[in-house]
Amino acid sequence: MKRNPASRDALFAAIVLILLLAIPILHRSPAFEDFIIRLSAMALFATSLNLLVGTTGMVSFGHGMFYGFGAYAFGLTMQLTELSLPVAALFAVALTTIAALVVGAICVRLSTDYFAFITLAVQMLFFSVIVSWQSLTGGDQGLRGGIPRRHIFGFDLGSQLHLYQFCAIVAVLGLLALRHVSMSPFGNTLRMIRDNAERASFVGIVLWRARLLAFTIAGGFAGMGGVLAALFVSGAYPELADWPNSGQAIFAVMLGGINSFLGPVLGAMILLALNDLVQRFTEYHGLVLGVVILAFALGLRRGVLDFIHLVWSKRAR
Amino acid sequence: MNVEINHLTKSFGGVRAIDDVSLAFPSGSLSAIIGPNGAGKTTFFNLISGAFIADSGEVLLDREDILQLSKTERMRRGIGRAFQVASCFPTMTVRANLMAAVTAHAGRWASLSHRFPSPGMRERADDVMEFVGLTDVADVEANILSHGDQKLLDIAIALALEPKVLLLDEPTAGMGPDERWRMIERVRALWERRKLTLIFIEHDMDIVFKVASSIRVLCYGKVLAEGTPDQIRNNQAVIDAYLGAEENAT
Repeated sequence: MKRNPASRDALFAAIVLILLLAIPILHRSPAFEDFIIRLSAMALFATSLNLLVGTTGMVSFGHGMFYGFGAYAFGLTMQLTELSLPVAALFAVALTTIAALVVGAICVRLSTDYFAFITLAVQMLFFSVIVSWQSLTGGDQGLRGGIPRRHIFGFDLGSQLHLYQFCAIVAVLGLLALRHVSMSPFGNTLRMIRDNAERASFVGIVLWRARLLAFTIAGGFAGMGGVLAALFVSGAYPELADWPNSGQAIFAVMLGGINSFLGPVLGAMILLALNDLVQRFTEYHGLVLGVVILAFALGLRRGVLDFIHLVWSKRAR
Repeated sequence: MNVEINHLTKSFGGVRAIDDVSLAFPSGSLSAIIGPNGAGKTTFFNLISGAFIADSGEVLLDREDILQLSKTERMRRGIGRAFQVASCFPTMTVRANLMAAVTAHAGRWASLSHRFPSPGMRERADDVMEFVGLTDVADVEANILSHGDQKLLDIAIALALEPKVLLLDEPTAGMGPDERWRMIERVRALWERRKLTLIFIEHDMDIVFKVASSIRVLCYGKVLAEGTPDQIRNNQAVIDAYLGAEENAT
């Protein structure tokens, strides 16, 4: 009897989490911890986008708006209310989910090309609102004054180690939840839509409802990533909600592989590492990044993890 | 289920693809629709199944007009269809295709509470798979199935939704002569066992005359003739417009 796939995934997540939590006990490396904190935000962001791109076949160019929304919603909640940090985080994610529902209701009925355009347009609108609503958001300076660091469950998020632990836990749990969505009957429905939307509607799936639900869930998890990003930068900046940030998530998805659940996580890892590495040597890091992505697109014709899967299954045959 | 079409009309940019068509398909009948290319046969199916909305007319399902209903609603009322070009979910295995279909049919497609498949779905999918004879290729991905098996899978997906009326658009399209007969025998067998109202579009006249109990001939969007195989074979208008042309061509 094979092990139940759900408990296998949970076991895998637990092992990764234990490893992540054990590393700083054995060896403290601020650079590594910093990397994992940023990765946790980016991994949630990219993996949630892939629920749309890879699983459903909906290419959204505006996913960054929910990342930014989560960051601002969390930052503002912390500054303006007395809510405790976990409650504020949950509240921010809930708000982002509602925002995604509203935006999705406008976007998901459009055909593929127009869907991509309008998500981009809504994002630019949102970005403009952030920049111009100075009294609330601080405009292009970002949300200043920091996020009041409060203690939760013995965590002091002012300390890098505790922030690292918090981000690792949230990211692993968030990814596990996204994995569950992707493996549920609903996740399968999304793959049916990607494979053959016409057929899917002829077996009784209401396409717009399925797409809207996917868009809403993806937005919520992007918001969760945004909360972590806000904790890391201790504030929120318009750049988090700007379109190049959506582009980063798309890069991560394409680099890592759209047909593997962990592809976007790997892609986010590569992208962050590349950014760090290249920035050390040249200011033209966009140029280097572009070349790398071209190499992947033209050379492998797929993301890294998808490529590994392909080679693996060919060898197995 | 009884299907009755009254004065159905559909135009595309001034061209009347279906022009005042009235046809009745009694419950449990096995009917063929024939006609030259561009006669409006597939459009006719699209109008019954709800892929297109008719300009005017009625589509009665057991006397209830379903013309205003969406394709999903019509499917729920018991209209199933398979497509001219086999339409399945290419990245999934045969079993996964059918599990997906039965899950949707059971109304669980938006379920997030557990992993796919829902309990009982695998068994139901396997039943359908055995019924159409795809068990040998259960774990093969749909996009690498043979052409004939893809057509069968398409029909199996339709059957998984437990239709009362089944529309098959050229079930033997693109097959060799032997394969065609095997396919049509399977179609006939499932019609007998499931007691469906089955309507199929077919170009192979030998098959049509042998299998169908009644035949409708469409030509330029109109009903040219209807009747038993013998009546159609001897109908002068049909010979002129269709059968004759085919004999000359071959």
